[in-house]
Amino acid sequence: MGKQKISSSLALSENGFLFLPTTGETFTVNEMGKLILKYLQEGKDQQSIVDAITEEYDVEAEDLQRDYLDFMGQLKQFQLVVEG
Amino acid sequence: MNIAVTGLNNVDNPAPGVPVIRAIKESGEFSGRIIGLLYDTLEPGAYLPDVADISYVIPYPSAGLEHLFQRIAIIHEKEKIDVIIPTLDSELNGFIKLAPRLKELGIATYLPTADQLTLRAKDKLADFCKKFDIRVPKNILATSVQDLYKIQSHFEYPVVVKGIFYDAAVVNNLEEASTAFHKLSAKWGLPIIIQEFITGDEYNVCALGSGSEMIGAVAMKKMYITDKGKGWSGITIHDPSLLELSKKTITALQWKSGLELEFVKDKETNEYYLIEINPRFPAWVYLPAAAGQNLPYALLQLALGKTVRPFTTYDIGKMFIRYSWDWITDIKEFETITVHGELNHG
Repeated sequence: MGKQKISSSLALSENGFLFLPTTGETFTVNEMGKLILKYLQEGKDQQSIVDAITEEYDVEAEDLQRDYLDFMGQLKQFQLVVEG
Repeated sequence: MNIAVTGLNNVDNPAPGVPVIRAIKESGEFSGRIIGLLYDTLEPGAYLPDVADISYVIPYPSAGLEHLFQRIAIIHEKEKIDVIIPTLDSELNGFIKLAPRLKELGIATYLPTADQLTLRAKDKLADFCKKFDIRVPKNILATSVQDLYKIQSHFEYPVVVKGIFYDAAVVNNLEEASTAFHKLSAKWGLPIIIQEFITGDEYNVCALGSGSEMIGAVAMKKMYITDKGKGWSGITIHDPSLLELSKKTITALQWKSGLELEFVKDKETNEYYLIEINPRFPAWVYLPAAAGQNLPYALLQLALGKTVRPFTTYDIGKMFIRYSWDWITDIKEFETITVHGELNHG
């Protein structure tokens, strides 16, 4: 999977509340989702994000990869990220 | 300055009169009296002391324009009306016809022409859109139940069955279409519009045109919709392509007055389809005012012959949440409005 880029207009609050101004849709993400979105906003690619999270949290890289891809799939479905 | 506004019946299918008045009064620049014009003695806006200073019952235009004109003339003698803002679809044609006579009395209006009103009518919308290359769902017109048999050859169910003025139903088969046909034709007359159903989210734009340009436009996504299809909460959004499409439509119509454009964004293609043009401000017109585009007050200024600079921005993410509230009054007020045809809040 290539580098993912957050939709440029997406507003992400500190509470993990997302608002997409182009469609009016709102979403909520948990702490981990918020962290991944923050890394994406910083321009990190998938490997850098996985590395950063496995370093900080007690999680197997393989499990994280799977959950990460699942999360990305959802973000793409809702047009919150695009291929960079 | 004395401004008369119709459509104070903000019930479960609310009219725009009350939010139009609210926007004008909260402009920070308006000083004058608001005169409510009612078609029914139980229009809630008449009873709320902070809406209209005084309200009068007037006859429906369908009862004869001369009756309506004479009643307005009597009210004008007492109130010295400067501007009338009609806010209901069904009265517009009558007010357009009366506008020159009202002007002679010294009462200004800010209305589209009869031709413009016809161009955007539900039964003419598809032709207008095709002419100006605006995406619109396919439609056919039905003047009898027999016409419903044409649905199968033109569309796949579900389809949308629409009344000529108001109301619509999504139907899944001929039987449901027939039920909707009878219900809508009994209420609003013929023809009935059968429209292709586009799957996707609905977006609405509240706007104001001056005849030559778009003065303002605010786009909104409904967040909660009642079983009558009315938005009970909504949020302002920013999609430049939607606003550009709105501008194109308003310019093509050369629309002069407030209006609401209703779009559906096709779930598959992400393309906007124009499904309806309502020839007046919507009931959510206070949201644009709260978001930075006070379109009712701008219309008032235009009606008074003043220059209004087009709005260019508005707040994104501004929400409205509509609520109902039981207003308590005494039978004396109802008696006054029923017997005298007016209610004065001083």
